[in-house]
Amino acid sequence: MTPLGGYLLVAALVFAIGLAGALTRRNAILVLIGIELMLNAANLNLIAFWRYGPHPELLTGMMFAVFSIAVAAAEAAVGLGLVISIYRHAHTTDLDEMNRMKG
Amino acid sequence: MSAVFWILAALTVFGGLAAVTLKNTVHCALAVTVAFAGLALLFLQLDAQFAGFAQILIYIGAVAILVVFAILLTRGSETPKEGIFSRSWFAGMTIAAGVFAVLGWAVIQSSQVLPHQAEAPSVTVNQIGNALLGRYVLPLEIVALLLTAALVGAVIVAMNEKEESQ
Repeated sequence: MTPLGGYLLVAALVFAIGLAGALTRRNAILVLIGIELMLNAANLNLIAFWRYGPHPELLTGMMFAVFSIAVAAAEAAVGLGLVISIYRHAHTTDLDEMNRMKG
Repeated sequence: MSAVFWILAALTVFGGLAAVTLKNTVHCALAVTVAFAGLALLFLQLDAQFAGFAQILIYIGAVAILVVFAILLTRGSETPKEGIFSRSWFAGMTIAAGVFAVLGWAVIQSSQVLPHQAEAPSVTVNQIGNALLGRYVLPLEIVALLLTAALVGAVIVAMNEKEESQ
């Protein structure tokens, strides 16, 4: 297996673990953790393709990953703010109990 | 494939697995921090020093702390009586396994044609700074705007409702 293939397989595994966490956990914070793992797996793919692909001096893959990290940070801040706001309202972070659109 | 790569890959994967399977939410936050550290070290292994250190600063320094704060503010560390997995856990596991099967199949099938640049790219912080303020200046400004809006939005969303109504 080429080095790039190894990195892509690790990224696929981390993505699947994050997806499983986001789809199966009850706690809203752990669903957000799963989404963060998925975003990180995508970043690993971008960096690996930048390293092993042609023209790494153009920095495209790495810049994409850095901007993606910044967007993920914004997503984490807003997501956790929403979880705290829902907790104040419904006194739970259990997603199975949040079954109403109307507060 | 070097031994360092396999050690870092195992660290990342086991950190991620622990983060989605452990019972105590605080332990999950610590495990996901280990996974983030493993990914940062993988970035360093890929000669992307800038992205690796940005990952350490942003994920381990900020996002992990934010997650721990959210857990402590929401009593999320208590294990629910009904178990940690939701009612539809079987469908979720099936979807995740299917996605991994498709991605792994695609990677293994295409491993012959993947690009392989042997020599490591030499990238200095000087070049990155020039790129950020030259070719990528518009995305940089948009990200700055997005971060400001996200910061203000997060504070407004999480603000106490009772104080607002008075």
